[in-house]
Amino acid sequence: MFAYYLDLALHSLKRNKMLTALMIIAIAVGIGASMTTLTVMHVLSGDPLPGKSAHIFYPQVDPTPADWNNPRHPLAVMDDRSALELWSARRADRQALIVQSPVKVSAPGVDRPPLQLTLLATTSDFFPMFEVPFAYGRAWTPADETSHARVAVISSDLNDRLFDGADSVGRTVRLKDSDVRIVGVLKPWRPTPLFYDAQGGFTGNGYETSYYARPEDVFMPFQSALEVNDGNFFQFTCWGGGPPVPGHLEGSPCLWVALWVELDSAAKVADYRAFITNYAQQQKTLGRFANTDTRMLDLVQWLDHQQVIPKNARLQTWLALAFLVICLFNTVGLLLAKFLRRAGEIGVRRALGASRRSVFAQYLMEAGLIGFIGGIGGWLLTLLGLWLVRRQQTPYADLVGLDMSMFVTTFALAIVVSLLAGALPALRASRVAPALQLKVY
Amino acid sequence: MQIQPILAALKKHRLATTLIAMEIALACAVLCNAIFLIGDRLSAMDLNSGVDEAALGVIVVTGFEPKQATDLNARMVSGLGAIPGVESVHVVSSVPFGPQGGVNGITLDQEGKHVGAVVQLYQGEAGSPEALGLKLVAGHLPAAADYQPILGQDYMPLSSQVLITRALAEKLWPGKDPLGKEFWGAKYRFRVIGVVANLSVSQYTENGEHGAEWCVFVPVQAGGLLAGTYLIRAKPQDLERVMTAARLAVPKIAPQVVLDHSGSHTISHLREQFFKNDRAMAGMLVGIIVALLGVTALGIVGLASFWVAQRRRQIGIRRALGATRADILRYFQTENFLIVSFGIVLGMVLAYGLNLMLMQYYEVPRLPAYYFPVGALVLWGLGQLAVLAPALRAAAVPPVVATRGV
Repeated sequence: MFAYYLDLALHSLKRNKMLTALMIIAIAVGIGASMTTLTVMHVLSGDPLPGKSAHIFYPQVDPTPADWNNPRHPLAVMDDRSALELWSARRADRQALIVQSPVKVSAPGVDRPPLQLTLLATTSDFFPMFEVPFAYGRAWTPADETSHARVAVISSDLNDRLFDGADSVGRTVRLKDSDVRIVGVLKPWRPTPLFYDAQGGFTGNGYETSYYARPEDVFMPFQSALEVNDGNFFQFTCWGGGPPVPGHLEGSPCLWVALWVELDSAAKVADYRAFITNYAQQQKTLGRFANTDTRMLDLVQWLDHQQVIPKNARLQTWLALAFLVICLFNTVGLLLAKFLRRAGEIGVRRALGASRRSVFAQYLMEAGLIGFIGGIGGWLLTLLGLWLVRRQQTPYADLVGLDMSMFVTTFALAIVVSLLAGALPALRASRVAPALQLKVY
Repeated sequence: MQIQPILAALKKHRLATTLIAMEIALACAVLCNAIFLIGDRLSAMDLNSGVDEAALGVIVVTGFEPKQATDLNARMVSGLGAIPGVESVHVVSSVPFGPQGGVNGITLDQEGKHVGAVVQLYQGEAGSPEALGLKLVAGHLPAAADYQPILGQDYMPLSSQVLITRALAEKLWPGKDPLGKEFWGAKYRFRVIGVVANLSVSQYTENGEHGAEWCVFVPVQAGGLLAGTYLIRAKPQDLERVMTAARLAVPKIAPQVVLDHSGSHTISHLREQFFKNDRAMAGMLVGIIVALLGVTALGIVGLASFWVAQRRRQIGIRRALGATRADILRYFQTENFLIVSFGIVLGMVLAYGLNLMLMQYYEVPRLPAYYFPVGALVLWGLGQLAVLAPALRAAAVPPVVATRGV
């Protein structure tokens, strides 16, 4: 029956080529526009740590003073004292401190001008916790942290630029004025979005899209990084007149350090929540905190809270979906006109014994076929749309591409849309009363 | 032309008519809002920087120590100044569309109780307001003695004589004369000596509570924290060449610093870069509108063609009974006008609803009322254009058709 209906549908589509072409174009354009924007959204809203993100948490406390008129408690980052105290308590399965700073990088014996890159001051748990892949060497040890060792892990991109991609473990890079030994080189690593940096407001320049920037190029133990790059640290915000020495934030009334923790069971999550609540209470008793607000969101909640996905991308998706609905109405109108034109033909089929159900199936088949052909057109238009998106100079431009799941979605959407569009006209067609139609002939 | 028979005919095709009217209604809603969003982006891109963009460029370097600042400034100013065509080089903290400048909350009292605004503080050495081309509308520019050194670990002089923008003056002291007024940012005191027409913040974002032109110019001496950003002025026709030469000259002037390649350009170029997202958004919206009008027109053409084909016999009968070609043409045009009008009435309501939704989630302003008649005119025009070809085909049906069988 399927083959027969397919044959009938092809016949019918060939009979009125203009109308068929109009319907296919409408579906293709609608699918193309909405799949382009949905693919961008799919890339932007992906889970950066699939399977693990539910165990990664972002604890926050609020060290700001009482007279500080801040509507958003607690703010995105902490002061160094709170962060270090929470970190060194080691109540989580893994914990990592995070601070970024701009740093001048060169390599002794490598003839090229110095580079201005970003240094991530962090702790050794960062690498296993975020599943960072190593090409050569390994992360530093907790012992390196306590001894303030001058060691670093570099990105594969920096390794290519300085050492032409060779195994550079044991070689030296100069960060600002200090020589630092390389202990590890990463494989190409591009978490999307750059979740652990999602603290907002740092870069000022288009920070909305900086969540899709590349990761840092140099990683160093927290204390060593603070020493090596002293004078180049920037606060998220400060109170009481800011840091006494610009660029040196240790012990200052400033927010600038982030903490991430990994908690592998629900019980541990509850324990950790209690731990930071107690910590805030205790700090209030000590007179250091004015507010006891705390918050601990998991990774996905935190990205959501930070509104990581650019507003423009969301807006475009809504517009494109509205557009798809318009194309849908268009197709329904045209199919309806087309099917009812054939009332006489339907009357004959019904009179010869076809059930309503089989008439319905036949016309739905025709709608589905239009959807499939429209889907091919939509897929080509999606590729064109994505090519246009990649030509825009957004930080995520190079990430945008059609993966297998979105490819399948394109066709599924096209067929579902046209079946939806076909349902009403096919239903009307199946309701045609045979006697009335036969009278005309 | 009688409307009654047309309405009667449309009633027979109630479902198809409703669908095409719904399509037009949705198109109307999306069209009004998309055109409005384009206007919104274009007006954002219209930001008045208040400086002579065509004659200015900026060189940004990083990777030096504060103790090297004075030496670096001296070498850069003389080195860049030696490039043929350069009219002047000044050390500034930032420029519109340049590096992110210092953003501070300011208060109108020393105790910090009365919050004034969140403003950007531009710092510059003597001669930089003139080089920027700031237009003074009240008071006077800082005198030579007003350019003070930044001492110790301070961010700026403790007490400064500053310029503010007209927009900031209106924000802080509405309707009052701002000259001589004072404000504070933590321990730093500022006294207004002049008001400039316009000056935009370096990296304006529409999020949060700050104005595009809430700016303060603080006169200081170069050195310490004021180093690394150099304002170059040249004749507009020389500027592109001068900036290329300047970027090439930096490694020779100061081999140890790092040139910010993407940030060292003419201000016009930086402006273009700054608005690239807005331009992309506007382009995308134009694409949506074109595709939308195209699809709607195709829908109208398809349905009208279909109806013409279906009614060939009736048209023939009407022609045989004395209707002219013009009568037939007008019949289909009026029919289309009626359907589009139904769509527009519904579309206005939808457009308003969509705008309310956008206002709530995307901080978009309210849709001005004149967009509604404009959107209606566009759709009426589109409908008439789309129906013209099928209607002409209908008008060409000869009366003899009436005498033939189906």
